[in-house]
Amino acid sequence: MAVHSSPRGWRALVATTLIAASSLTSGAAFAGPTLDKIKERGVIKVGVGTTPGFFAPDSNGKWQGFFIDYGRALAITVFGDPEKAQFTSSSPQQRLPALQSGEFDVLLSGVTVTISRALKLGFHFGPTIFYDGQAILARKETGVKTAAELDGSTIGVQSGTTGELNIADFFRKSGHKFTPVTIEDTSEFIAALEAGRVDAITQDSSDLVGKLTQLKKPDDYILLPERLSKEPLAPAIAGGDDRWLELVNWTVNVTIQAEEWGITSKNVDEFLKSDDPAIKRFLGVDPSLAETIGLDPKWAYTIIKTVGNYGEIFDRHLKPLGWERGYNNLWTKGGLLYSPPFR
Amino acid sequence: MTAIELAVPRRMARPPGRALTTLRRGLFGSWLNGLVTLATVALLAVIVPPLLRWLVIDATWSGSAADCRAGDGACWAFIAAKIRFILLAFYPAELQWRPVLACVLMLGLLAATALPRFWRRELAIAWPAVIAACWLLMAGLPGLIAPVSSNQWGGLPVTLIIWAVCFASALPLAVLLALARRSNMAGLRLLSVAYIELMRGIPMVAILYFAMLILPMALPAGQSMDKILRAIIMIALFWAAYIAEVVRGGLQAVPEGQREAAATLGLGYWRIMQLVVLPQALRVVIPGLVNQAIGFLLATSLLAVIGIFDLLNAAKASAADPSWLGFYDEAYLVVAAIYFAFGYGGSRYSLWLERRLHRERRD
Repeated sequence: MAVHSSPRGWRALVATTLIAASSLTSGAAFAGPTLDKIKERGVIKVGVGTTPGFFAPDSNGKWQGFFIDYGRALAITVFGDPEKAQFTSSSPQQRLPALQSGEFDVLLSGVTVTISRALKLGFHFGPTIFYDGQAILARKETGVKTAAELDGSTIGVQSGTTGELNIADFFRKSGHKFTPVTIEDTSEFIAALEAGRVDAITQDSSDLVGKLTQLKKPDDYILLPERLSKEPLAPAIAGGDDRWLELVNWTVNVTIQAEEWGITSKNVDEFLKSDDPAIKRFLGVDPSLAETIGLDPKWAYTIIKTVGNYGEIFDRHLKPLGWERGYNNLWTKGGLLYSPPFR
Repeated sequence: MTAIELAVPRRMARPPGRALTTLRRGLFGSWLNGLVTLATVALLAVIVPPLLRWLVIDATWSGSAADCRAGDGACWAFIAAKIRFILLAFYPAELQWRPVLACVLMLGLLAATALPRFWRRELAIAWPAVIAACWLLMAGLPGLIAPVSSNQWGGLPVTLIIWAVCFASALPLAVLLALARRSNMAGLRLLSVAYIELMRGIPMVAILYFAMLILPMALPAGQSMDKILRAIIMIALFWAAYIAEVVRGGLQAVPEGQREAAATLGLGYWRIMQLVVLPQALRVVIPGLVNQAIGFLLATSLLAVIGIFDLLNAAKASAADPSWLGFYDEAYLVVAAIYFAFGYGGSRYSLWLERRLHRERRD
């Protein structure tokens, strides 16, 4: 083709490319590229981590955990089948780039919502499903009772997490000094602490609670009272698919709303007979709502029947590890969980 | 018949009854030897009894995690519950004969490759055939054999397959690279040197990240490639650079006279390489290749950084199960034993082969 030889040809080429590119991007925002890909593939690719209680394989090689159940709930929303979620473990350094490259459709790996992740990196976040905070676990023999007394100590931090920055900020603010020891692997933390390589370790309290149960002598360690940060953990997705984002949002809301109404996996069938019009719409007895939003009328019912409401998911995976509800309770019970109305 | 001489430790004929004397001389021959011997014995006395107590005497052999925590020793009950996961990871339990068979096939192929009596043309056919069979067993075939997504592969078969496939595909590439590096064509030589130095200058983790994150973007829009396949391609390209340098060492060991003699017989470049130079060169570098292969096997544990559940990663994840929390020592120990079996087996094999080839050459 002679397009390249004349200046006019060049201009035509550039113009065509620009139009093609703009139509591609605008088309992408409208059609929902992630959701299309998911439906074409037949499974949702979910990025997870390995933290006891939140996500871990059981002896049969099946993923189990708090976040895993949300992956299954998402699969019900899209396919009506909890088994259509495909979980893959990824390291903290790798998970966001992998989400960006399309390796995952959604990250349920305990990603903290931050403004730079949202606005600089362009990720979208669903509702916070776990309110976490960074804490410090110290050896008792160092004699510390609060984080301020850790001046001059050696603290293990995990590389590539917000935790690394938080602890540096915390010590800078208080004017104290500390030596960070960067540890890549979560399971190495305990080894470093028990071997005395570090005086303390810092991580989200969710990770530390799981670690306490693994320590050979849990009484030799103290969880310091300070919370160094707010760590709202939410599902993360790549930008550019509004419909997919809303499906993630409302899948989470189903579990919260169900708990507010007292609907559990065990009694959900009785609620099908409820006279409350809101519950009728919610469970699909009255299909008018589902029809307008383009979802299967039974999707909320199936989610509750299969994985349960928020409280059930929490109690199943996190309570055995010694977790209290704390902030992760309904707004009616002094917590932060609040679902917008289903109407 | 050839100038290639390998330094092979030869067993010395020793008159019977002198063994004790030799032993005593070795252990206490001089005051320094005596000191080292005593220090070693003292060290063993400190290490071995507690280790034995932990490994065997105080160990918990069956029961639950609570039973294990009550005891002071190792928790072998954990291994009993988790060995399936450590070896096969997420592969569906009802189909687990497939990865097991794939492992057996792969080990059989490796064993056959190791024995010089099987070094025939058929072996070059057996390799791609067995690899294809293993892949088929692991992945299944839509319609015929139940498909299993590579996302569910893990443990020993993944470690073995990635290792074997990468090494097997890197080797021919490495031979070409080594030949190119010794070629008379300056451009080809430069390309080969540039490739080898570039690859050797990059850490393997970077290569894996590239396979995981950059490669999908380089594919045409809408196309996707399996993660394990991507990793295999990049690792094979990476290992080829290392193997090429080993092969080049072998090429240098073949005297120039061999090539000249073959050329006078009227053989072309490729025939000379195929019939005269490469058979001798590759023979020389077998110990070096085995050494590389062992190193590469251990390097496959880096696959964890891109979320592939190789043997080590599976072992690590097995101890995150809330009902069996934190038995990392036992999990790592089992995996270490498996790696050791391969590594030690490889090094003994390499010694045996050296001795045998040396004998052949002298006959």
